[in-house]
Amino acid sequence: MSITEPAVRAEGLVKAFGEHRAVDGIDLDVRAGEIFGVLGPNGAGKTTTLRMLATLLPIDAGRAEIFGVDVAADPHVIRQLVGVTGQYASVDENLTARENLWLFSRLQGIPSARAKRLATELLGRFGLEEAADKALAHFSGGMRRRLDLAASLITRPPLIFLDEPTTGLDPRTRGQMWDTIRGLVADGCTVLLTTQYLDEADQLADRVAVIDRGRKVAEGTPDELKTAVGDSTLQLLLAEPGEVPAAVGVVRRVLGSDPVLSPEQGRLNVALDQADRAADVLIALRTAGISISSVSVAKPSLDEVFLALTGHGTDDPTKAKENR
Amino acid sequence: MTSTIAPARETVRAADRVAAARRHVSMGETLAQTMTMAWRAVKKMRRNPEQFFDVVLQPILFTAMFAYVFGGAIAGDVESYLPLMIPGILAQTVLTTCMVTGTQLREDMEKGVFDRFKSLPIARIAPLAGPMVADLLRYATAATLTFAMGLLMGYRPGGGVAGVLAAILLAVFTGWSLAWIFTWVGTIAKSAQAVQGISMMILFPLTFLSNAFVPIGTLPGWLAAFVRVNPVSHLVTAARDLANGALVSGEVAWTLLACLIVIAVFAPLSVRSYKRHI
Repeated sequence: MSITEPAVRAEGLVKAFGEHRAVDGIDLDVRAGEIFGVLGPNGAGKTTTLRMLATLLPIDAGRAEIFGVDVAADPHVIRQLVGVTGQYASVDENLTARENLWLFSRLQGIPSARAKRLATELLGRFGLEEAADKALAHFSGGMRRRLDLAASLITRPPLIFLDEPTTGLDPRTRGQMWDTIRGLVADGCTVLLTTQYLDEADQLADRVAVIDRGRKVAEGTPDELKTAVGDSTLQLLLAEPGEVPAAVGVVRRVLGSDPVLSPEQGRLNVALDQADRAADVLIALRTAGISISSVSVAKPSLDEVFLALTGHGTDDPTKAKENR
Repeated sequence: MTSTIAPARETVRAADRVAAARRHVSMGETLAQTMTMAWRAVKKMRRNPEQFFDVVLQPILFTAMFAYVFGGAIAGDVESYLPLMIPGILAQTVLTTCMVTGTQLREDMEKGVFDRFKSLPIARIAPLAGPMVADLLRYATAATLTFAMGLLMGYRPGGGVAGVLAAILLAVFTGWSLAWIFTWVGTIAKSAQAVQGISMMILFPLTFLSNAFVPIGTLPGWLAAFVRVNPVSHLVTAARDLANGALVSGEVAWTLLACLIVIAVFAPLSVRSYKRHI
């Protein structure tokens, strides 16, 4: 067992629910000590992938290793190495925050007195002292997430799975959660997180895999990913949808690259490496006599990443199947 | 939770953790985990005392109802029906109580916390067996109240305190064993309602097609044949012998044997389908 063993190595993971292949041959390589982001829309197979790696779902085909341990062959060992924080807070509604932490500590063999001390320490670290003995019904979404994460850290597992850790949180709570996640890595942990937000992957992840319809469509650092899409996007709506081919020609001449056609009639998304190049495009379009009914410059959204990488948006008809 | 994270703590080293990881859960750990899960279930009961309505009301209501409705017809009068009926009600209430075990497990499994239980390095049986240990309280409550109600109505068990206690213990153990059937139903059914529906279909024939309320002699031959092999009949007869005569009959052995077979079959089945459950 060498120290350079990757945290996660997965090859050709497959999970099928009946006819629907929720995960269709995904490879992952997560290095020890990094934050690895799995980016994708609802229903892309992110949660299913994580659940397979966490031994919560059997792997239908392919294989996966965590720190060199085979997931399918040694699930009990894997469960000692991985802390899982789910998309929906997985703590006991009938217990208080303190009781929850005590319960999960006891279950993992920590003696009662030490479990009590540990619960107090974790409650303090996650800013939950005041609510420690209150019913969970009074907890906000952010408090639940924090308690959930605290419960995953009891035995300080070397690998932590975070399934959409900030979905549904307000911006301030989101920022706090990001700090917490960075703190985990500073402690020596490896973090594998899923997200629907490009900026979250950009802020947190050392490397990102983009997943779509059960397949990996891209992988790299957030910078590499953004270079593929452009630093910002010029969104154009043409007055005459019939002029789209002409507009594509203009953009190609000015920037040397093709714009991405949006499914909406007459809409073009132009990836820009610098936002001020938008002016060049607009001037060229006016010179060519192509009129525009609306224009905006924005940071690329996940939708644009997807348009650029897959040629279709994030609107997936199989959405509902993932979160079962 | 802000930036005050990680006061000088030891760094997590993956390789050490892999080396230190254990391959299996020991028997001792399994027991400790089961008791921790039982603690959780008892906490739940204390926070939702309405869960005790059935085990409190049913023995009281059923004892009174059955005694006055059937007493005259079957035994001539209520008082002479009680020694026959109380052990029957005992079996019936305990069985109804263990049906709830499956329903509540199903409801529990829907919740996110079961995902965490699954992701922890604990024995797979602990989340199932824990609530069942806590349910021993419910069986004991139901069984004790049945006898208390009988005593109130004039039942004077000939087996004395020891006989009655033995009957209660036997009923509690039988309830606990049969609860594994309902736990299994809980792990395979799609919803809590489905568990209830399936459980009713198992429960009604078991309790009513037994000697719980009527003597076997009054039944047609084909029905009597089933009633004689029905484990509930063995429990009822054993409990009657214990409560009314402090007699440890062969029926006790048959009851225990049936219980052990049920556990041996349904405990592994439950764990297996729990593991598969998404």
